[in-house]
Amino acid sequence: MSSTTPLLDVSGLTKHFPIKGGFPIRRTVGHVQAVDGLDFQVGEGESLGLVGESGCGKSTTGRLITRLLEPTAGKISYQGKDITHANRKQLAPVRSEIQMIFQDPYASLNPRHTVGKIIAGPMEINDINPAGGREKRVRELLEIVGLNPEHYNRFPHEFSGGQRQRIGVARALALEPKLIVADEPVSALDVSIQAQVVNLLQKVQQELGIAFVFIAHDLAVVRHFSQRVAVMYLGKIVEIADRDDLYGNPRHPYTRALLSAVPEATVDETPARERIRLQGDVPSPINPPSGCRFRTRCWKATEKCATEAPPLVQVEGNKPGHLTACHYPETADTVPAPRLSKDPEPAV
Amino acid sequence: MTPPTPSAAAPLEVTDESVEKSITSPAPSANESKSPGQLAWRRFKRDRTGVAAACIVIFFFVIALCAPLIAKLYGKDPYTTYGLSTPGLLGDNGLPVKPNGGIDGEFWFGIEPGLGRDLFTFLLYGIRNSLLIATAITLLVVIIGVTLGVTAGYLGGKTDWLIGRVIDILLAFPSQLFFVAFTPVVLALFVGADENTPVWLTVVCLVGLLTVFGWASIARLLRGQVLALREREFVEAAKVTGASPARIIFKELLPNLWTPILIQATLSVPAMVTTEAGLAFLGVGIQDPTPDWGVMIGQAAQVYQDDITFLLFPGVSMVIFVLAFNLLGDSVRDALDPKTKR
Repeated sequence: MSSTTPLLDVSGLTKHFPIKGGFPIRRTVGHVQAVDGLDFQVGEGESLGLVGESGCGKSTTGRLITRLLEPTAGKISYQGKDITHANRKQLAPVRSEIQMIFQDPYASLNPRHTVGKIIAGPMEINDINPAGGREKRVRELLEIVGLNPEHYNRFPHEFSGGQRQRIGVARALALEPKLIVADEPVSALDVSIQAQVVNLLQKVQQELGIAFVFIAHDLAVVRHFSQRVAVMYLGKIVEIADRDDLYGNPRHPYTRALLSAVPEATVDETPARERIRLQGDVPSPINPPSGCRFRTRCWKATEKCATEAPPLVQVEGNKPGHLTACHYPETADTVPAPRLSKDPEPAV
Repeated sequence: MTPPTPSAAAPLEVTDESVEKSITSPAPSANESKSPGQLAWRRFKRDRTGVAAACIVIFFFVIALCAPLIAKLYGKDPYTTYGLSTPGLLGDNGLPVKPNGGIDGEFWFGIEPGLGRDLFTFLLYGIRNSLLIATAITLLVVIIGVTLGVTAGYLGGKTDWLIGRVIDILLAFPSQLFFVAFTPVVLALFVGADENTPVWLTVVCLVGLLTVFGWASIARLLRGQVLALREREFVEAAKVTGASPARIIFKELLPNLWTPILIQATLSVPAMVTTEAGLAFLGVGIQDPTPDWGVMIGQAAQVYQDDITFLLFPGVSMVIFVLAFNLLGDSVRDALDPKTKR
């Protein structure tokens, strides 16, 4: 984290979706607590990975940052400017700097528009006229993302999933953003294509200095891509740390369980590490457990966990910037640290 | 890092026709790419039933548009009572003297029993008026239906609730009964009891009533389509770049809605033609001296036991038209939506 104002500063971010029901008058009978009090920062050019299992609020977080959803509470600042409840007009200058890459490359491109029109769309909306015209800029962008500029007049249905995702990346780059929220950009792709797209995103991040919020459930991809990683569970961040810290020294039991579940591809003489099996299902976000939300599945839970929600703090033995929300953090010797083959190569 | 080669993933295609294309041309150039519209047109041209139906429909529209020209070349008009002015055409019982309803070289489709009007031009002008009314209603229905349906679907909330309830009421209404019962009431609002109803007023009234009851079904259909589309990620992508709701509706959503709109419109025209004819037959639509498909069938039904050819021409032509238009509607749907295979 830089000492100056971070690019994106999120504090206490909360999103509760109301559940309507009842007859004859429909009223709110409960809330899905999709995201419940997130605090994190993203610095210039930094990549923050957001991991967690399905339904933990990762995507909701991404949509809150890009203001596709209205936060229930909390604050989102971009370059020190509060954009939490900004309306469309107020957001206009920020829009071009925060862009998004979507999960489903089949749904995220309008099937009736040509590639050229899709990528030029953001420039048209924001009335940006690059030197040499929009078409030239679109061709440049197509080249940056590794597509043939001649494909300008083609329609999305003529491309494969990986190519479509490249078009999505080109569209996000069209406005020269400073921050890209990538919502599971590779999870819908074939494994062999995943690596290509991740490498493309990495190239973009390094060469253009764009900050990323990289949402994924694949720990290996996040490790490859992100300098900092936040682990989410049921709408809360349970642990956030620099990449090597988190993967090398996970302090939260949930992080450790997640890491232990990553399949190992290496075969060597050391005995297989212990696999932590979590019992039961993720509790419902409509009525989350009291205290620590992970306690219902945690093997160390005590009375304290049920009554007192653990704060996200730098627990004893953590490096600066490594925050863990746990009353009984793991230590290196309790469970052997899981190994991960470092840079995943395309499995072709 | 190694720059990934774009060609590696090229042959992975999604839709059937693109697979076909990638087989025929492994390295297609940029000029060869086809829009969904062009692909639909190509599929349509391969559908023989559809092309034949389209030809018939176009033929009907052409003769309807050219009715005055044809009548001029033919040398007759639908209003002159030839049977009364020229002796020898109608017998003492009012029926044409010549067999088959008086068909001969001069009166191609015969003459009308009683008044002796020329049936060929009467049918031409009847088709012209009926198609004019049906097309006008369809246009209005589509415009109103699309606007309200898309608005309801995209905005949701209270707007959606309000429009949805109005649609429910309109669809639950026995509209045919309403037309029969209320057309005279509506006309009476504008015309005194002792005056004649001007033709334009009848037409406006007819178009208005059928439009009021016609837009509901297309609005409901489009509302559903928009509900499905607005959650798609490309709409979110447009929002992220700061697109206005108007831009999202017209530039992002509407191009994806042309398929249902076109299908609904092509199915609506024949429905309106038959409804309009039905009302004319029942005596609440267009009235006698004005040529109209329904009026003609109504007149013919009174004398069909003596002069079946009078009924045959308007009846058969309407069956052909409605059938062709419905087949055209089916073909348009098949061409636009390749996934609905029958």
